[in-house]
Amino acid sequence: MEKPEDKPEDAKEQEETKPEDAPETAPETASDTPPEETEEKPERIDEEPHIFKKVKEIRFGVLSPKLIKKMASAKIVTPELYDKEGYPVDGGLMDVRLGVIDPGLKCKTCGQKLKECPGHFGYIELARPIIHVKFVSIVFNLLRCTCRECGHILIPKNRLRSQLNILDAVQNESGLESRRDKIKELITNLKTINKCPYCNAKQLKITLEKPTTFIENDKRISPIEVRTRLERIPDEDLDVFGINPEVVRPEWMVLTVMPIPPVTMRPSITLESGERSEDDLTHKLGDIVRINQRLFENINAGAPEIIIEDLWDLLQYHITTFFDNNIAQLPPARHRSGQPLKTLTERIKSKEGRIRHNLAGKRTNFSARTVISPDPMLKLNEVGVPLIIAMKLTVPERINEWNSDYLKTFVQSGPTAYPGANYIIRPDGKKKKITDETKEQLLEEMQPGYTVERHLMDGDIALFNRQPSLHRMSMMCHRVKVLPFRTLRLNPAVCHPYNADFDGDEMNLHIPQNEEARAEAEILMEVQTQLISPRYGLSVMGCVQDAISGNYILTKSLEMTRHEAVALLSSIGIENFSKLPRKDSVHGREIFSVLLPDDFSFIGQSRDKEDNAVIIRKGKLIKGVMDKNNLGEESGLLLRNLHKKYGADMTIDILSKMFRLGVKVLLKHGFTVQLSDSDLPDKSKTKINDILRKAEQQVNELIKEYREGKLDAFPGRSARETLELKILELLNKARNETGNVVISDSSQDTPTMIMAQSGARGNLLNLAQMAACVGQQAMRGKRIEKGYKNRTLSCFKQHDLSPSARGFISNGFKSGLSPAEFFFMGITGRDSLMDTALRTPKSGYLYRRLANALQDLKVEYDQTVRDASGGIVQYSYGEDGIDVSRSENGMINVKRVIDLVEGEGR
Amino acid sequence: MSEKIFAEYKDRLPNKILEDLKNHLPPKISAANLKEIFRLVDGEYQQAQVDPGESVGLVGAESIGEPGTQMTLNTFHFAGVAEMNVTTGLPRIIEILDGRKIPNTPMMEIYLKAPFSMGKDIKQIAQRIKETKLMEVISEFVINIAESTMEVRLNSEKMKALQLTVGQVIKVIDKNTKNCSVKKDKEEILLKMRGKHDTLNEIYKLKEKIKILYIRGIKGIQQVLPVKKENEFVIITAGTNLNEVFQLDFVDTARTISNNIHEIEEVLGVEAARQAIINEVYKVIENQGLNVDVRHIMLVADLMSKTGTVRGITRYGIVSGKSSVLARASFETPIKHVIEASLVGETDQLTSVVENVMLNQPVPVGTGLPGLVTRVKK
Repeated sequence: MEKPEDKPEDAKEQEETKPEDAPETAPETASDTPPEETEEKPERIDEEPHIFKKVKEIRFGVLSPKLIKKMASAKIVTPELYDKEGYPVDGGLMDVRLGVIDPGLKCKTCGQKLKECPGHFGYIELARPIIHVKFVSIVFNLLRCTCRECGHILIPKNRLRSQLNILDAVQNESGLESRRDKIKELITNLKTINKCPYCNAKQLKITLEKPTTFIENDKRISPIEVRTRLERIPDEDLDVFGINPEVVRPEWMVLTVMPIPPVTMRPSITLESGERSEDDLTHKLGDIVRINQRLFENINAGAPEIIIEDLWDLLQYHITTFFDNNIAQLPPARHRSGQPLKTLTERIKSKEGRIRHNLAGKRTNFSARTVISPDPMLKLNEVGVPLIIAMKLTVPERINEWNSDYLKTFVQSGPTAYPGANYIIRPDGKKKKITDETKEQLLEEMQPGYTVERHLMDGDIALFNRQPSLHRMSMMCHRVKVLPFRTLRLNPAVCHPYNADFDGDEMNLHIPQNEEARAEAEILMEVQTQLISPRYGLSVMGCVQDAISGNYILTKSLEMTRHEAVALLSSIGIENFSKLPRKDSVHGREIFSVLLPDDFSFIGQSRDKEDNAVIIRKGKLIKGVMDKNNLGEESGLLLRNLHKKYGADMTIDILSKMFRLGVKVLLKHGFTVQLSDSDLPDKSKTKINDILRKAEQQVNELIKEYREGKLDAFPGRSARETLELKILELLNKARNETGNVVISDSSQDTPTMIMAQSGARGNLLNLAQMAACVGQQAMRGKRIEKGYKNRTLSCFKQHDLSPSARGFISNGFKSGLSPAEFFFMGITGRDSLMDTALRTPKSGYLYRRLANALQDLKVEYDQTVRDASGGIVQYSYGEDGIDVSRSENGMINVKRVIDLVEGEGR
Repeated sequence: MSEKIFAEYKDRLPNKILEDLKNHLPPKISAANLKEIFRLVDGEYQQAQVDPGESVGLVGAESIGEPGTQMTLNTFHFAGVAEMNVTTGLPRIIEILDGRKIPNTPMMEIYLKAPFSMGKDIKQIAQRIKETKLMEVISEFVINIAESTMEVRLNSEKMKALQLTVGQVIKVIDKNTKNCSVKKDKEEILLKMRGKHDTLNEIYKLKEKIKILYIRGIKGIQQVLPVKKENEFVIITAGTNLNEVFQLDFVDTARTISNNIHEIEEVLGVEAARQAIINEVYKVIENQGLNVDVRHIMLVADLMSKTGTVRGITRYGIVSGKSSVLARASFETPIKHVIEASLVGETDQLTSVVENVMLNQPVPVGTGLPGLVTRVKK
């Protein structure tokens, strides 16, 4: 009567917990204190164990009824939970032998208290066997493919061997997955056989009535019968079904005994009113136990078969929904409020389930989050931390004889004065809060071996992160700089890798808590180590916005007295002015050159179309201007070459100086974008109007031609489509012409123009849109055509094909848009918002799949790229073994080397 | 002199670098300088090698996943005169990496051999490639209900353009229809139904059937467009059929390409498919103005084609082939994977990343890879 079964979820969890509780307690043998030392420090309190066990492997299998009973520490017999005093009932679902969830109680099985006891399984004896939903399809296959009399598989003995060989061959060739496919194929063939090759018994047709009922010739096969048939299947035949008889017997898939999960995985919560609210699983288990008891009583009392059948079905329903409450054919079990219960399957699967939410994603302490704001005076690898946060986050420091005085000063200050300390940890792991009352006593107690959790201080290591963390530069290591006020601050040059701006973005800060983590953060994650992107091999950080305009102005035309130049340079923290030429008036290029190392040579290009050479020789900017091409992120080789020659630390130092120089130049020089920047002389205004009028005329002619049917269609296109294409082309041409007028006629050195030319912000097209004409609004590459019947907006006539009726905006932003134009702009604006909104989840899913598929590929010691099981994916990474983050835009820069060698020869 | 040194470094440096060197070396160069250049380039190359343990997979996934957020979703119009849609941007990347059997907008670029590539008979050639359905040469159907006959009137101009005769058309119809007689009646074709019952209904069915009959050209090519590319003519098609196009004698098979990865795999093999994945993904990324190194795309393509067939990056493709149960379960459909594993008694050796994250153990990649061996003093 007692035998059967179980479910794999448990199998997994159980297996997992086994190795897991082991690591906590290290065995004596591995103690790390050498024997001689033990005697001299008698008052030393026991150290926390420092050697941890490692899980080597996890085996999966199905629990046998025997094992369920063996691992259970209690048999559950009553659905009651608590007695009158509120103490858990013995043999109830909250039995203290299953673990404790109330503070103060001790577990009867292991004697540990809350949070220490991992919980223990119990079991219930089922009055009648119940089919496990998750195995229904396998049981179904087994029933259909084996003899109903003798249990043998419906393959003659002589062919069985060869079938197995085929399966094994398939598995060797292409893995377990394809073996499963092959098995499926085989099973489909077996279903049609109607005579047993062993005992010649006639086979009846078996169907499955979902979810859990098997029907044979319109008669139901009771789970008892199912189970006996499964029992008859010999071990040797199971291989064909892909079942390993060493871990699973088919009859275990029909439950006769059910494990009860530990209380610790279904804790109850106490509401404010003092009432207890039980977990969904406990509710479900309560139902199961109750019905099970009723079934027992009815069977013993000899109740009519009908009643027993009904109860049996009910029990089957409860157990099915206990495993999975989302089965298509069953109404989900609900709370009294009507909300469906969250049972085992729902707990495990999907994004909020156990696996993705709790196992693959972890939570952490010692972290902070607030709004960010810029501070160009910080170094690139610093992060400004508000004092309030610095007093909450702590760094543990272990006391030894050399630092104990130093650490005592922190404890002395306590948690309220900065820099102080919040906690002291004894070597046995006991944490003590420092307060004014306990301070004196703790100061006394402190001794080597204790740990002080002191406040965050300048120079401490912190990880800084902004979501979405799409690449490794989204989480970098910074040095703490404690600052007043309430925002986290960072140098604007590191905005790009984080993809941050300051319109209310928040970022997270984490403080590593041990030496290993700190060392790893410092060596692998610090800002300067991430300078070169592994995506394309160029610098991800560079000057932005004002810093670019500033350097552009400086290197293009600025001249100032030597005195002013020195003042400027000293304001960005430069103290050595020997590189500045000794003359009264110095050019901006000479000021910029002060930042460059003396032996640096570089030839590059600026954005200017003509005369774009940038030449740096022996640390002097000889020719050219500094703009986005050279200073910006993701572009140009200037920063890349600096990095190559002088290393990361120096590069970020130079970069932050350049950045500050740019900002300071603007501060000194003044820089204001004004409306008059986009003013045009009257002459050009007429020119623009002429262009637009002419374009409109041409379009009208085209439309006329089309209406008269004279328009020649392009091959494969209708006349209407041809017309659209031609109009689109004409209008775009017209817009570009107006743009050219704006560019050539507007004054060249307005701040707006400087920004566009240096690449700091905006481009010439934006300028043309402001000053002259916004242009055609296009959706999916076509003019706007939808809206009302045969027209775009109700203010136009039907079938109006003229430019203005189909979304051509002939006004500039400065002159203002007409109401109709405004609507057209709104249409395309929304379209692009939609595009962004729809794209984000799509690309997010693509990224998740990529990351999941590629995560275990790594370079081995023999330079091959292999996956987790050792299969070779590439013989040499990227065919040449070059690490992109060590290349220059994906290449070895041969030209630079040649120039270097040849240059010296000359 | 320089040949000798090139030969010396032939096995040490990859081809790309050697070519770069060849192209950039000044014509006159002293032997010493040449030697020095090679020494330095070799040094830089060795320096730039990946470290063992480097998690190149994740770096690659990041490098493709991160710019994905910046790509556009729209399909674009072909840069030719007439309009032909091409899937680009994110949807195209998704479709390639999914390993889909048929792309959203299948397309071929057919290059031509010498005289034709200069524009000789380009229109006729294009017509020959295009799949023609009977419907296109029919000007109208006339159905006579009383006699249950159907007249098919042909468009003689179109017929001429396609060099079709009425006889050929009749043959095609005859071959593909049952229980009706096909007769030629001047420039028309007369169809008469045999049998009596419900003939009207049948005749309508017949009409629909005739419309989509295939007459000539290559199956699957719905549109053709000759385009001048640089200084030769190329035929761009909507719809693909590499196998049959390759059999045409005027086609330059070496350069003709399809954007259907699965078809390339069938016709030309996995290695070609792998290269096609790289080219196609790179093309899209480049078009979007993004900068991603080929090596990342190569890695993805190599992984997809590792087993000898192209597998997509989906739960049925690459992920299902992983050795670790927990890694599979953490992706999608966890329950299914756990149950299957329990039946076979699978063992998870914890050799990849997620499993170890789940168990709070160091991950065997990067700095987690090397272990420390120490002699314990007894």
